Amino acid sequence: MRDKSIISDLSKVFDSRIRLGIMSVLMVNDSYNFNGFKETLSVTDGNLASHLKALEEKGLINVKKQFVGRKPNTTYFITEQGVTLFKKHLKALELLLKGQ
Amino acid sequence: MDNKTSHLEDLKIIRKVMEESSRFLTLSGLSGIFAGIFALTGAVIAYFAILKNGIIHNDEYSRSLSIKEINLLHVQLLTDGLIVLLLAIGASLFFSIRKAKKTGVKIWTPVSKRMLINLLIPLVAGGVFIIALFINNQTRMIVPSLLLFYGLALVNAGKFTFSEIFYLGLLEIFTGLLSAFFLNLGIYFWAFGFGILHIIYGLIMFGKYER
Repeated sequence: MRDKSIISDLSKVFDSRIRLGIMSVLMVNDSYNFNGFKETLSVTDGNLASHLKALEEKGLINVKKQFVGRKPNTTYFITEQGVTLFKKHLKALELLLKGQ
Repeated sequence: MDNKTSHLEDLKIIRKVMEESSRFLTLSGLSGIFAGIFALTGAVIAYFAILKNGIIHNDEYSRSLSIKEINLLHVQLLTDGLIVLLLAIGASLFFSIRKAKKTGVKIWTPVSKRMLINLLIPLVAGGVFIIALFINNQTRMIVPSLLLFYGLALVNAGKFTFSEIFYLGLLEIFTGLLSAFFLNLGIYFWAFGFGILHIIYGLIMFGKYER
């Protein structure tokens, strides 16, 4: 019973390591841009974009697009919902490791 | 079982990404050691060659010099200091790049940029201020200002790198303030603040994180 409730706290959204990475970065940085993620997580453009999109659609991160000169600059922020869900996920991971 | 190892791996990745994205960790302890050695060498050259065995404890001696001699002295001290600065910057870049390559981390990241900006604001302000001191012939205040602004820069940048940098900054600030009360002993404070403190810091960092 207990284990089941823990596992339900493990969000499916964070199944991917890249999404985990994105959320980890945004937990400790007020904002982060696309190229920053690319460098920190060493992922390709397409891969990164699709994961960012998924997190955005779930309402876990916010996107702000603007132009710096002529170059587009996309910055990402974590939403309150994102913080809550990620913390829950972390807690569940820790409990699972301790409990078994 | 498999699940458990993958959970553990997840946690490890989370911790690693959080740390790498919020702190600049490719600063090497060796940079500190070398900066300290260069600073001490510079101080020794200044003491024995430029200040003639340290008999120029500013005031007393410099009163007996002509303006031309004083100007020459200032230019020599300035050159000595600038060479030390360039060598120290060169060494920290070299060892940082080397450490980054070794650990497979990128050196130019959002966080390293943020650290650099935070470091440069007090540093550039200090640099301009010291140029003003130099132009106005307030040379005795240069060593206290160097130490003070450098310390402030480190404290400011400390939020984005090893926390030890923050404490090194506090010590530099303290040394700078103390030296402001003993203007004739500038060269000793310089050797202590930029030489000894850097070497101690570098040895601690090297022993703690890189051995």
